[in-house]
Amino acid sequence: MQQFANPARFLKIANVTLPYIWAITAILFAIGLYGALVITPPDYQQGETVRIMYVHVPAAWLGLFVYCLMGFFSAVAFVYRHPLADAAAKTAAPLGAVFCFLALVTGSFWGKPMWGTWWAWGDARLTSMFILLLFYLGYMAVWSSIDEPTRAAAIARIVALVGVLNVFVVKFSVNWWNSLHQGPSVIKMGGPAIDKSMLWALLTMAVAYTMLFLALHLVSMRSEIAARKLRQARLVEIGNR
Amino acid sequence: MFQQALALTTRDVALARRQGGGLGAAFGFILSVMVLIPLAIGPDQILLSKLAPGLMWLALLLSVLLTADRMFQQDFEDGSLDVMAMAKLPLEIVTLAKVLAHWFTVSLPLAIITPPLGLLMSIDVGQLPILLVSMVIGSLALSLLAAVGGAVTAGLRRGGLLVSLLVLPLYIPVLIFGVAASSANLSPSSSTPALTVLCAITLMSLVISPWACAAALKAYLR
Repeated sequence: MQQFANPARFLKIANVTLPYIWAITAILFAIGLYGALVITPPDYQQGETVRIMYVHVPAAWLGLFVYCLMGFFSAVAFVYRHPLADAAAKTAAPLGAVFCFLALVTGSFWGKPMWGTWWAWGDARLTSMFILLLFYLGYMAVWSSIDEPTRAAAIARIVALVGVLNVFVVKFSVNWWNSLHQGPSVIKMGGPAIDKSMLWALLTMAVAYTMLFLALHLVSMRSEIAARKLRQARLVEIGNR
Repeated sequence: MFQQALALTTRDVALARRQGGGLGAAFGFILSVMVLIPLAIGPDQILLSKLAPGLMWLALLLSVLLTADRMFQQDFEDGSLDVMAMAKLPLEIVTLAKVLAHWFTVSLPLAIITPPLGLLMSIDVGQLPILLVSMVIGSLALSLLAAVGGAVTAGLRRGGLLVSLLVLPLYIPVLIFGVAASSANLSPSSSTPALTVLCAITLMSLVISPWACAAALKAYLR
């Protein structure tokens, strides 16, 4: 990790690899979407609606994964006090929030024909995804409401770490709460037994989403570093005046 | 070390008692929520008594939240927090002492006052003791978690909205298990599991909160 921590070296690596990452993302999305929308068979119960799954499940995975990643970067920043790790955590948050939101919206679209309602509080996963979105929003609000970058970074680290610790407690509580209030209208999703003819498309989409996140994350980290340089240059200019 | 922490707690308790405002306003807030709820959902007694535990927990939670952004702000603004940070006492213990003072002066009184108000919502009298126990246990967790929000926004002019955005998601486990414990079917044994988990959450907040508060305050004091 340490060797990527130099911003200049990071930028060099990011600039070289980004075109390839974009290309891989595009190819994977082409394959995955074609597989998901055309090749894979409709579900015997859910019919064509099952195709929502291919965009919904990867988004939900990424929503969770990015949050853990954010926690990891914050922990690294907390221990090594490295600004690049702060930048990584900061730029990951909006992306994760969008994936989270995407998972909620597509889940809602899936719920309307399947459950007969746009939103079912009886489903623990929907509820905890919603709460995860709140954690993202809180983290982003910290960055935007503290002006001074180093102070904002120090506070945001703590918020992220407390959030990561708590997200598991929340997840557990929501599951427990859900077992009390299990609504009768809720049909369980297909379960873990997913057919091979569908699995390959789902996994391709998951990898495509991950690559998309990687590309977007690198781009926004690059612009974050540029924004920091710009800020420093401005400060120097003001100082020289 | 214990004596110093105790001195801090008594100082904060004395300050809160002389200044007033905190507890009285929070109690007034709970009272007005209790009036607004029946006006909002109608005077149906059966419906009200069914919703009562959850709504009372919500009222308690929100009123504690209202006091959160002032927890460290005043001491930060007048510089006493700098003095406390420079003392030998670890900042974690300082924050713990301040949180305990907040618990004594705000959360605990509110947790004791709130259950009898349930009678306004035609709650069953037999349900009151367990509601009281769960609220007293949960109120410590509420104070501890509110302190995290208060510390994170200590140096901000308008931290109120940010505090609610940060703290409310943290309150979710307390709310879930608090309500579950207090709305269990009247027999004490049926509320034991939820009550145990509520204790666990409180203890966990007791470990995490002082550390997080101290780390956040250090960022502001630097």
